Amino acid sequence: MEARVKDRAHGLETLLTVDGVSHTFGKGTASQRLILDDVSLALKSNEIVSLLGRSGSGKSTLLRIMAGLLQPSRGSVTFDGEPVRGPVDGVAMVFQTFALLPWLTVLANVEFGLEAQGVKPEERRRRALAAIDLIGLDGFENAYPKELSGGMRQRVGFARALVTHPKLLLMDEPFSALDVLTAETLRTDLLDLWVEGRLPIRAILLVTHNIEEAVLMSDRILLLSSNPGKITAEFKVSLPHPRNRLDPTFRALVDDIYKRMTARADVARPGVFPGLGIGMILQRVSSNALAGLTEALAAPPYNGRADLPDLTQALQLELDDLLRLAEMLQLLRFAELAEGDVKLTEAGRRFAGMGVDERKELFRQHLITHIPIIAHIRRVLDERPTHRAPVARFRDELEDHMDEESAEETLRAVVSLARYGEVFAFDEQSNTFSLDNPT
Amino acid sequence: MIFLPRPAGPVPGTRPEAGASIPSRYDLLAFTILFAVLIAAIHGSREMEQPLAALELAPVSLSPQNLYEYALLSTLRMFAAIIASLIFTFVVATLAAKSRKAELVIVPALDILQSVPVLGFLSFTVTFFMGLFPGSRLGAELAAIFAIFTSQAWNMAFSFYQSLRTIPKDLDEVSRHFRLSGWMRFWRIEAPFATPGLVWNTMMSMSGGWFFVVASEAITVGDTKVVLPGLGSYLALAIEKEDLTAVAWAIFAMGIVILIYDQLVFRPIVAWADKFRAEQTATSEKPRSWVYDIFRRSGLLRFAGAQFSEISDWFGRAILAATRRRAPTVAQTPGRWGDYVWTGVVIAAAGWGLWTIIAFVRTNLGMDDVITAFALGLVTLLRVLVLIALASLIWVPLGVWIGLRPWAAERVQPLAQFLAAFPANVLFPFFVVVIATFHLNPNVWLSPLMILGTQWYILFNVIAGASAFPNDLREAATLMKASPRQWWRDVILPGVFPYYVTGALTAAGGSWNASIVAEVVSWGSTKIEAAGLGAYIAKATEAGDMARVVLSITVMSLFVMALNRLLWRRLYRFAEHRLRFE
Repeated sequence: MEARVKDRAHGLETLLTVDGVSHTFGKGTASQRLILDDVSLALKSNEIVSLLGRSGSGKSTLLRIMAGLLQPSRGSVTFDGEPVRGPVDGVAMVFQTFALLPWLTVLANVEFGLEAQGVKPEERRRRALAAIDLIGLDGFENAYPKELSGGMRQRVGFARALVTHPKLLLMDEPFSALDVLTAETLRTDLLDLWVEGRLPIRAILLVTHNIEEAVLMSDRILLLSSNPGKITAEFKVSLPHPRNRLDPTFRALVDDIYKRMTARADVARPGVFPGLGIGMILQRVSSNALAGLTEALAAPPYNGRADLPDLTQALQLELDDLLRLAEMLQLLRFAELAEGDVKLTEAGRRFAGMGVDERKELFRQHLITHIPIIAHIRRVLDERPTHRAPVARFRDELEDHMDEESAEETLRAVVSLARYGEVFAFDEQSNTFSLDNPT
Repeated sequence: MIFLPRPAGPVPGTRPEAGASIPSRYDLLAFTILFAVLIAAIHGSREMEQPLAALELAPVSLSPQNLYEYALLSTLRMFAAIIASLIFTFVVATLAAKSRKAELVIVPALDILQSVPVLGFLSFTVTFFMGLFPGSRLGAELAAIFAIFTSQAWNMAFSFYQSLRTIPKDLDEVSRHFRLSGWMRFWRIEAPFATPGLVWNTMMSMSGGWFFVVASEAITVGDTKVVLPGLGSYLALAIEKEDLTAVAWAIFAMGIVILIYDQLVFRPIVAWADKFRAEQTATSEKPRSWVYDIFRRSGLLRFAGAQFSEISDWFGRAILAATRRRAPTVAQTPGRWGDYVWTGVVIAAAGWGLWTIIAFVRTNLGMDDVITAFALGLVTLLRVLVLIALASLIWVPLGVWIGLRPWAAERVQPLAQFLAAFPANVLFPFFVVVIATFHLNPNVWLSPLMILGTQWYILFNVIAGASAFPNDLREAATLMKASPRQWWRDVILPGVFPYYVTGALTAAGGSWNASIVAEVVSWGSTKIEAAGLGAYIAKATEAGDMARVVLSITVMSLFVMALNRLLWRRLYRFAEHRLRFE
């Protein structure tokens, strides 16, 4: 342990570098989707670095490329001076879904990685018990994962990663499947171990979409933009541990990052949605939540304008979900996003104050005016004598602009929006759009 | 048996169970069972090696004292077939899941083999295996074992293959992340993940298994008559001698064997397999088995398990040492061209095969034979459909009634499963006697025999569906005062439909197979026959008419496949898509 502390004072050697990495998903040239665009970064010893981005920013893809689980389309990764061409020793990973083997006990799960390395049984057991002890799982050695709570399961995930004595620990949203209290306990426990130098690792890379989590835990935060993923900003956090969320410096930094994350959306007009016109990729949002958000914004204390960090707190929403809603409102011209604020437009204010039927009518007008694919489908249905059209036809059109998966997601969003606005109907069994209205 | 329950040895902080070091009564029980099985196996296998000449010295006799030995021999055949099926499953299904080229051939082949009425193949396999070991009983034994094997292996392999293809993404990533050797990945991730599905499928094939044991122990192919001592040949002799008491004894013995098999083999395996279910939630109902509990509590057995796991561990490390040095691999896309060439080769081989069959049938048969076979196929198809409809009319309402009442379901469910496993062909003689005595129309009254054994699948699946029906939906329907009509049409029938389809599909498949033994039956010298494709196959087999056997089996396979594709799969997809509770 002493050696580790000395090591830490020793300074910053580079542990892992990512050099000009780009990654695309999808086959064929037309429907390829760029996930990561020319990303470069370096991880040094003795630091915790966060990769912060919204869902779809490719941060998990980047993590898997670093872990050697994925081969990038372009660029290279170097770990400890050696190029990464597949999973390497010295890098361990903690999964969002824990990824424990349900048929093995806690002890066997922790031993699992060592067994894969061919470590002898006695040695395996000794090291596994030490890791279990370190991470606070004593007494649970013989339990099966399904008998444990989420927090305990993720502790097993940590123990399994640490037992191999990796140099680098990669964490893929490790706390996001846990409830708020459990997540906080696990974060502080992990930070304590790190600060006291009791973890057998030299650096941690944390992938997260939670801004406060990033500020709470890391020494450096790399901001990853969406569509495609690109590193747009870097923040240094020099606050001493343990950090206080209410500390003004902490708050200021959180606000700063919020601004940065939403400002980027503003720059990319005319839509934060990738693609233009019919080729716009839409994500499904709940129409109830849209209405609920306009109501909350129209009411005091916001009276039409709210600060995003405040709003996430007040509405108990993840930033990601809130932004998705706000962006849909923006697309429909019910709200505008700027500088970390969301502001209702005139139409948005009216929408918030309306009854159910009026609301649907206004929503319908805005859908047809502002969402090209919906206007297009409606036009086709109006023109046809039968007023019906197969979904496959529009899916083909969408796939000229985007990959299959995005086309599917966009169609699902279209169906949900069009149903709420009663623009057209969708029949799942025959897979057609129509103007039928059940009376 | 590598994935034995891994004994978690005493670790600091946990109290080792009291008395683990001295033999307990559980040890005694477990060992009695183990030794009994071992002795029986040695005894039985020694007898199987005897030359055919010796068989004639000790022919099957109808005295009930011999039943114990016959039951034992039949059970051993069953075991041998299950072990063969497991090995086949592990090798073939794994190959299909790992190699795209193998997959191209294996998956369709399994799919077709699942719908081939293997009972009709007995004539080929008996001739083949007898030729392999001339003069020895081993050939006939292998033919019987192979017949049982064919009733299980295909769907076991299919289930295993599908599990391998649906390994959750995170487990796959863990295995790649830790750079597991292929050996370790198979035994630690793939095999455990596939175990629940495999066990379930093996259980569903059990009925077929016993059915085939009975059917394959006494076969006549042309001039060759093969009689292997066992429950099936005992029954055949009883039928020949018109001895109803002996038939009753056979039924009794069969019942006991199935009960013992269930208690000693399947229950423990199901209870053990429960821990491999991938859901991370604790279920309210755990399958229990007293035998499994004894095995788990037995310290000596745990010790043996630990030794075993140490050996397999050592073995795993040896393999690791031999293979680890290779460079880490990243998933790569294989060449398209190789695939095209391979597909071409496969298509060419299939074309050649088809040509051979057509040529063979053409030189021996005419067009009118083909038309006859198809016409008879339609008759049997009609029987299957009518019988499934009738069985559904009876068992769906009853199954719903039972399933909604936990106390009834608890009692009836094991009975339904027992009846599904019971080979219906053992019961045939009673029906035949009735039909012969009252001179009933065989075309109508032989039909129920086809579904005698398979209807229980409908019953126990519907019971399972009704038991799983969400209580809040029932309460909502009650509060809204749903009329009986509404309640059946909109509430319970859609709710149990996915389960019903599974049951009806299995029942229909089994009925096709059963038609081969159910459309022609005999009692002593009396022979009763119904018109149908099953009777056609049975008669062609008995006459040793290979051309007609090939033709009729091909036609029946076509019927089964068409029915599967056009009816059952559509219903299944509809049920999965629209009627599943998430």
